[in-house]
Amino acid sequence: MFNNIRKSIIALALLAVSTVAGQASAETLINGAGATFPYPLYSKWFSEYAKVDPTAKFNYQSIGSGGGIKQITAQTVDFGASDKFLTDEELKAAPGKLLHIPTVMGAVVVTYNIPGIGKGLKISQEDLADIFLGKITKWNDPKITNDNPGVKLPDQPIIVVHRSDGSGTTSIFTDYLTSVNKEWKEKVGKGASVKWPIGLGGKGNEGVAGQVKNINYAIGYVELAYAVENKLTYAYLKNRDGNFVEPSIKTTSAAAAGAAKHMPSDFRVSLVNQPGKDTYPIVGFTWLLVYEQQKDPVKGKKLVEFLNWSMNKGQKMASALLYAPLPENVEKMVEKTIKTIKY
Amino acid sequence: MPQDTQPHKWKIENGLNGDFIFKGVTILFAFSILAILLLMLYEMSHESLPAIRKFGWSFVSGSEWDAVQSEFAALPYLYGSVVSSILALALATPLSVGTAIFITEIAPKKFGGLVAALVELLAAIPSVIYGLWGILVMAPWLQKTVQPFLIEHLGFLPFFQGAPYGVSMLAAVFILMIMIVPIITSITKEVLLAVPQSQKEAAIALGATRWEMIRTAMLPYGRSGILGAVILGLGRAIGETMAVTMVIGNNPQISLSLLSPAYTMPSVIANEFAETTSKLHASALMEIGLILLAVTLVINVLARLLLWGVTRQSGGNV
Repeated sequence: MFNNIRKSIIALALLAVSTVAGQASAETLINGAGATFPYPLYSKWFSEYAKVDPTAKFNYQSIGSGGGIKQITAQTVDFGASDKFLTDEELKAAPGKLLHIPTVMGAVVVTYNIPGIGKGLKISQEDLADIFLGKITKWNDPKITNDNPGVKLPDQPIIVVHRSDGSGTTSIFTDYLTSVNKEWKEKVGKGASVKWPIGLGGKGNEGVAGQVKNINYAIGYVELAYAVENKLTYAYLKNRDGNFVEPSIKTTSAAAAGAAKHMPSDFRVSLVNQPGKDTYPIVGFTWLLVYEQQKDPVKGKKLVEFLNWSMNKGQKMASALLYAPLPENVEKMVEKTIKTIKY
Repeated sequence: MPQDTQPHKWKIENGLNGDFIFKGVTILFAFSILAILLLMLYEMSHESLPAIRKFGWSFVSGSEWDAVQSEFAALPYLYGSVVSSILALALATPLSVGTAIFITEIAPKKFGGLVAALVELLAAIPSVIYGLWGILVMAPWLQKTVQPFLIEHLGFLPFFQGAPYGVSMLAAVFILMIMIVPIITSITKEVLLAVPQSQKEAAIALGATRWEMIRTAMLPYGRSGILGAVILGLGRAIGETMAVTMVIGNNPQISLSLLSPAYTMPSVIANEFAETTSKLHASALMEIGLILLAVTLVINVLARLLLWGVTRQSGGNV
């Protein structure tokens, strides 16, 4: 009886070992973890790339940027993904040199719910910060009405809605407010979760959008893709050149094109409030994090092949999923960086 | 035969002894539960040490929570958890006890069974569904009808001041109330069924009406059992995360007004843990977890003691 059981267990174990070994020779499993924002695009990329190279199998866990940074630092995954770049301290904590590979860009739009008023309310940098600081409290405040001649704004209190969960969207949005408003910089600062001076917290894009939709005279911020898909009304924001710009994939890409001249070689750069006539001001990169020195030559080679593919073919799939592709000049710079990966 | 196992206790015959192995396995299982609890306690205390060292008691007395400045204090979260749970309990208890009395004493047997099954069905609904319903149906309803009504007629009280947002402490209280009614109802029902028939008959023989019988013979008899049910409900309410996060407005402030947004301990952990900005931030969230664990443990111990009390008194199975 026991002999039989033992035999069958050994047989099963052998079977398992041989299957795993068989798979390993046929395909390479590359593990990644991190940001949730680019997840829909990445999963599209992985499934499309499976047609190009069936032996490279990607497993991506969208656990959030913070988690992605932790995992790649601990080397439990082959690549990380993040909506914020690593600080010098975080880079030092990593056991090897980590490269930032920008993949696409995202924009954050300001959405509002004022009955009778559609999209396109014009809001300047100062006013946006003052609204979220609780200093502009009514929709018919002269500061807002002056930018919107001909629009009859109601004498109603502004209800501010923000993200309650830690998120890259909040990170980009507060980065923008910090860069345009001194008081915001001193009182609140930037980060994935901040101490909001006023307002209601909603969980996720859907939580913020849901509350803005339900509550009249509310204002909040969500990702561009989410706003477009759900047909939310959004504001045109004043950019550095003084134009009010509608958020779109084109105006988002323009931000990186504007920043290309001063782009640091490690791509650790904030893209908010960039120069350019048609540049939308609240924009950010999302990055993949990979080690310059790859431990496993097979995995390293596959990863580099995939990264190169993502710059060429991959970029063309971005717009359909409402992500802004990298402008050509930035793409060239990224390709150069990918070449430095050793395996 | 239980006596037979004793002599075999430590004797190993033919290498293997079924009883011995069985006993070992059950002991292992039982202790592994204890070990998991202790390990959790250890791990959480260990992880929250940096926050405990840095903030000390001010962590539970202060109200500043700022991840950018690395200032953390948990009082608004503690306040939100305790107040939302207690208010939910205050609303749910009469509702549940009334339902339990209806099921056991007033309704025809079949109908009572149907009501009991429906109430227990409420317990099976996942909390995220309650949350969705709360944010899509209940919060707009509160904003458009209930809250304006409260502001207009009771606005002079500090509890009903401010603008009607829908999502608020009040919304969280309502959601929690609906979620804990099934627990309190089904335990209270069992407690009332455990009241000896003789006790009830005695009350009726003395000329009591049905209501008097319930009031004088049943409720005092089941008092501590009902209290136990209430405390179990409190335990559920204080630990509820998803549904509350979706309707409470997530703003760490201490406000007397039920119409303003608030925040709870489980909600802030769920919201911020995935994207903590520093080690201290993670540590502070861990400490909130530790406080939450301590609060729920105390509540559960109280519930056990009370249930144990009523079981001994009645001699029935509660």
